[in-house]
This record gives sequence, C-alpha cells and structure tokens, in this order.
Amino acid sequence: MRLEIAGVSHSYGDLRTLDSLSLAGEAHGVLGLVGPSGCGKSTLLELICGLQDPGAGTISIGGASDGEGRLGRCAFMPQSDLLLPWYSAIDNAALALRNRGMGRRQARGTAAGLFERFGLAGFEASRPDELSGGMRQRVAFLRTLIAGKPVLALDEPFAALDAITRAEMQEWLAAALRTDPRTVVLVTHDVEEALYLCDRVAVLSARPARIVAELAAPHPRAPERDAAVTAPEFVAAREEAMRALRDGSR
Amino acid sequence: MRRWLLPLGLIALLLGAWQIAASTGAIANALNLEDFLVPSPSEIAAALWENRGLLAENAWVTLREILLGILCALIAGVGMAVLMHRWRLLRDAAFPLIVASQTIPIVVISPILLVWFGYGIGPKILIIALFCFFPITVNALDGLRSTDPEAVKMMRSLDASRWQRFRRVEAPAALPSLFSGIKIAVVFAPLAAVFAEWVGADAGLGRLIQSDLANYQVARQFAAVFVLAAMALILIGLAALAERRVVTWR
Repeated sequence: MRLEIAGVSHSYGDLRTLDSLSLAGEAHGVLGLVGPSGCGKSTLLELICGLQDPGAGTISIGGASDGEGRLGRCAFMPQSDLLLPWYSAIDNAALALRNRGMGRRQARGTAAGLFERFGLAGFEASRPDELSGGMRQRVAFLRTLIAGKPVLALDEPFAALDAITRAEMQEWLAAALRTDPRTVVLVTHDVEEALYLCDRVAVLSARPARIVAELAAPHPRAPERDAAVTAPEFVAAREEAMRALRDGSR
Repeated sequence: MRRWLLPLGLIALLLGAWQIAASTGAIANALNLEDFLVPSPSEIAAALWENRGLLAENAWVTLREILLGILCALIAGVGMAVLMHRWRLLRDAAFPLIVASQTIPIVVISPILLVWFGYGIGPKILIIALFCFFPITVNALDGLRSTDPEAVKMMRSLDASRWQRFRRVEAPAALPSLFSGIKIAVVFAPLAAVFAEWVGADAGLGRLIQSDLANYQVARQFAAVFVLAAMALILIGLAALAERRVVTWR
C-alpha cells in the first residue's frame, strides 16, 4: 500500500519537531528514516500510524488520510519490545487477533504456525522475561506482523540489542520481509541498518526535522548480509548518508 | 531457617522474661498494683483456652465486619480509581478532596455515624471501609497511571478498544500496586474494627476488650488482643498469598 507524506509539519507546544516534510513510500517497499537522536523520527512514525494527527500537511496510506484510516492500515512496533509480562510469548504475539474478538484457542493456533516459521518453536508458553533480547524482538515483530496490516511501522526495533544479535536480527528481518513483503517504514539511527534493510533511505536533519537526502540502497535485504554491507557501492552509499547526517546535524 | 529461628527465639526470650517478672510479682510490685492486674503469659494462655468459645464467637463478629468493610472499600476504591483514571476532570476535582479527607479523624466522627446509622453492623462496616478506602484508591490509581503510554499506543495500533486496553494492559499493570494498597488496608482494618466496636457494639473482640477492661478481666483482655493480632496476621498472610497467585510475573 502506497504511503504519501506531503508538507507535514508538527510541533509540541512551541517546539517545532517536523518542518514541511514530503516523502513517499512504495507499496511493498521498505522506507528508512535515519536522523540524529531526538530529531522527530519517532514523532513522524506516530503520525504515519495515525496515533497522532500532524499540525499541518497530509499523510495518506492507500488513499486514507484521516487518523482512524491510517490507524486501521498500520501496525506499530514501539522502540522497546513492550511484551506484556502477564502474557506468554504466544499470547503476546496473538494480541491483535484477540483484540479483534478471536477466541484464545484459535488465536494461539494461528500464532503457533508463525512461531515455527520464525524460529521460535518451543517458546510459545515462555514468559517474556524468560526470553533473550533477540527472541523478545522476534515475538514483538510477530505481534506486529500477525495484526495483518498492510503497513508495518518499526521504531528502532533493534536499538537495544548488542552488535552481534543486531546483525542476526537484521538478517532475520530481511528474510522475513523477503517471504512476506509488506510496506514498511523503519526508523533507526543506524545508517548501515537502514541501508541494508530498506529500499530507500531518507536522512533527516536535527530538529525541526527536514529531509537532507534521499538515497537508494544498493542491495536491499540481500541474503548474504556480510557481503552486502562490505560491497563498495554499499560503503559509498553509507558514506554519502553519513555525510548528509553530519550536514543535517549542524 | 535462620529467618524463622531468630524471631522465634526472641519471642521465646521475651515471653520467658515476662513470665518470670509477672509470676514473681515483680512488675506488680514495681508498679504498685494488685497481682491479678499483671497476668503472666501462662495465665493469658489459660484464659485463652477457658474462654475459647466466647473468644471465637466474638472473633467471628469482628472478622465479618473486617471482611465486609474491606470488600466495600475495595469496590468503592477500585471503582473510584478507575473513574478518576478514565476522566481526567474527575481526577483533578476529586483527588485533592480524597487526600484532604485523610485529615478527618474517623475515630472522632465515628459516634456521629453511629447516631445516624444505628448500632447494627452497618456503621462498623462503614468505619472500616472509610479507613481502607484511601490506601486502596490511591494505590489503584497509582497503578493505573503507571501504565507505559507506549504500550497503550501499541495496543491502539493493534485494534484494541478502550475496554481491551484496560483489560489487557492497564488493569494488569495496576495489580501489583493495588495489592500494596490492599495489604495496607488489611493492617488498618482490625484497628478500625476495634474503634468501631468501642463506639458502640454488643459483640466483637473490640467490645470484649472494652468490657473486660471495665471488669478488670485483664488476662482475658490480653487473650482477646492475642486473637485479634493473630487474625490480622492471618489476613496479611492471605493477602500476600493472593498477590503471589495473581501477580505471577513479578
């Protein structure tokens, strides 16, 4: 589903966070938003998801530009995994189904199939605090995926993980999106992560955020991550993005 | 082992000292009192055994008042907390009043309540409920407000209705705090019951303690205090047990 952001500005009181941003995300494409900390990336993501309405400008997803319409089309994955500690892993993953009125048994059955596919088999009944950081993120991503929305909005999904787990999770997400393509908006402060996972990356400036550069990623979601991120064209794109990021932070 | 042995040893030591001091008449002599006014632990134990029927009868009256009082406070307190959490306006209007109401000495207004509502169980339940309402309401509200706003956003994005957000996120998040309130209420309730019975009652441990005091039945009075304390300890234990059964994720 196509995402269109046109002339969006936003403020919290007197604090201007977004300054007439315009961006477009292709259906089944992954759009990356990279920017310095506190630049308003997360705000933009919440606006896209319909959790807030922009002060000015329009955001439309598949033609729907009202908040309710966007909320119905986007599934939001917040920064920390936010698995609910009172539910097992599978009940956390199946939250969206339960919210839509599906019975517990049926919801678990539906989620169980995905647990198998995403390397979580055997952990269905585990409590969130029994899972490793990487597994928690997988369950949180499954929870977002199971909602069945055309657009996934991921806010720094791997920020809390160590470098090795993060690289593994990037490969895992790339594989997941290869088999189950969705329109994705990915917010991250990690340029390499953005260029590996996304088709296109928008670099945002410091607050109030505007777009400094838009780059096309050379090998989006390549099966061999290590080879992809060391290829000369990837390194060049990373340097370009870093330059834009530095310019925008001034 | 050590956790139990040390306090038990201390209790034995204190009881032993008391037994010797009382049975030799040392305390009575020092205070210039008649011997029967200073019962020894063994005399109190004898009174406990001889009056077991009477004590049980009165303990049941007091226990019923306590349980009904806590139940009323629980219903009113949780209800009020939920309403205040749901409507900001109500919280801003009512919360300062609830805090200020704590400065009203319930002990002093108890006689008025008795005049208004008579000598039945009603005013006792009301007085106990008034004591317990505050800790339950404040802790329940604190718990509800401790909900992570990101979790609420995540649930909205997963199509949760307001009720589902409450049931699946806010209510479980509030439970640990609510149990803290209940444990405080359980400590207060027996004291409140004794107050309520002192103001006017024809049965109950508080009433028995009061009449024994008037008749110099000091050993039986101590026995009643012992029963009351044991009852309070059991209630606290039950509350802690219930917490462990319900809040399994901590």
